[in-house]
Amino acid sequence: MIHHQNCTHFLNSLSDYVDDELSAELCQELERHMSDCEDCQIVVDTLKKTVYLYHETAEEPIIPSDVRVRLYRRLNLDEFLGDMQKREIDSR
Amino acid sequence: MSDQVRLEEDFSLEALQNGDQAEFARVVEAYSGYIYRLAMKMLQNPQDAEDILQETFIKAYKAFPKFDGRSKISTWLYRIVTNEALMFLRRKRPDLISVEVPRQDDNEDDLKPLQIIDWCCLPEAELMSDEARRYLDESVDQLSENLKMTFILRDIEGLSTKETAEVLDISETAVKTRLHRARLRLREMLTSYYKERLPQTV
Repeated sequence: MIHHQNCTHFLNSLSDYVDDELSAELCQELERHMSDCEDCQIVVDTLKKTVYLYHETAEEPIIPSDVRVRLYRRLNLDEFLGDMQKREIDSR
Repeated sequence: MSDQVRLEEDFSLEALQNGDQAEFARVVEAYSGYIYRLAMKMLQNPQDAEDILQETFIKAYKAFPKFDGRSKISTWLYRIVTNEALMFLRRKRPDLISVEVPRQDDNEDDLKPLQIIDWCCLPEAELMSDEARRYLDESVDQLSENLKMTFILRDIEGLSTKETAEVLDISETAVKTRLHRARLRLREMLTSYYKERLPQTV
């Protein structure tokens, strides 16, 4: 459990640190603190990992083909669907 | 995603403002995947996401004559879909926002990390199993609307702080604060989940 005065002081800077947006001075200060404070090191590591996991598991921005077809129909853009997909739909 | 090359915006604004269907179809082709993914993350339901996807492009088509091109088309579309999603959520769960009460997220004490357990050593297969992925989604869904939208735009869609501020119509400082709170809360939730999967030390 984080309880030192110092730890609380750094808490608000941790996201900036994870994003590499912390000033060089504060960054050094925080790293010096972490080398002495295992708790803060763990919080930073798990916070980094949290961001990393969401980043890594984000799906490709691909729209399912049936959703795409219904979208084009709704927008009256059928003629721009592309020939292959239109044939696929018409044969159903 | 931030490390992904963003699509070039080489659309003719004039054609779009004049309601040119072919040009609009190019915009739909370029961005519908992103808009659908965003709607899915915000609403966690394929049918709802599809409705919002359609509404977004219908609104965009109607609004293009008034679009001045000062922001990127993608940012503008993100703004429409985010507003549509928020309105949808409020219609669905009016009880949650009918009264403006300070939420847990506004409480400074709430930021304090409670669980100090290092689960980073877990293998990637465990960290990103199908079950873990579902848990990741569910955790985002448990955030308050404000934190959820900010987190999705910044850390999942990879928008910059400035773009996120524009989409949500809040200051960049507010984006940073909300993002930080969202991450700390998610870290806490993920710790609860992954600590159960750590090898038992006897």
